[in-house]
Amino acid sequence: MWVKNEALAEEVVQETWLTMLESLDRFEGRSTLKTWLCGILVNVARARMRKEGHSVPLSSLGEPEEGTVDPGRFSAPGVPWEGHWWPPPNPFPESPEAHVLNRELRADLEEAIGKLPAAQREVIVLQDVEGFRCEEVSEILGLTSANERVLLHRARAKVRAALERHYDKGSAS
Amino acid sequence: MNRRDIVSLTCKELVELVTEYRCDALGPADRATFEQHLFGCTWCMTYLKQMDRAIELTGQLQQPVKSTPDDPGKLAALFRGWRDGAGRKRS
Repeated sequence: MWVKNEALAEEVVQETWLTMLESLDRFEGRSTLKTWLCGILVNVARARMRKEGHSVPLSSLGEPEEGTVDPGRFSAPGVPWEGHWWPPPNPFPESPEAHVLNRELRADLEEAIGKLPAAQREVIVLQDVEGFRCEEVSEILGLTSANERVLLHRARAKVRAALERHYDKGSAS
Repeated sequence: MNRRDIVSLTCKELVELVTEYRCDALGPADRATFEQHLFGCTWCMTYLKQMDRAIELTGQLQQPVKSTPDDPGKLAALFRGWRDGAGRKRS
């Protein structure tokens, strides 16, 4: 998520352990050791990326975005039912296989997450891929819970849109 | 549910609240308005289910942690180096 290869990731992990050992006496038990350690990891990884000349996400929300769903999916202003779905969304397939990632689906989702702005990617990877809870993600990334949810929402909406394109592609062929 | 109930919140507004809803972050009044619309609107229900599916599938992206037999040894060596040097030499 933050660094580009495994060797670099390994160095970041080592650096994280060393930083933890050195600052263990400053651990105040206000968070769990796990979230504290992940917070260190994020900072080490970001510092590393900065050193390598990559941009690092700010904790801010970034550019204000319009709605997370294409406005063309809703009735336009001035017509009856303004702001309501039209055309409506098609339900995703409900077969048991549709609940399991296959190779193509994995590639499409990884691509969608890879294209997210870094701040959104950090949040969705920690929460939806790694399974941290909202409060833990806020703490690790130093975000307010409201901002964490905004970033998560934008990220999830883009992943949903990628999923929709995936299924549209499937039904067209 | 009649049209007036659904119209107090448009679909376009509802879709921006689904993460707050799923994170249990809506206040009681907003939650009631949200659910009043949701349970009367098949399309917004479809949208919510699509978001849930996105979350479900994203959760399956997690890669198993690769650990080589050498890892514990490396970490132990790292620790010994740290202990013996009484900390790291800062560059």
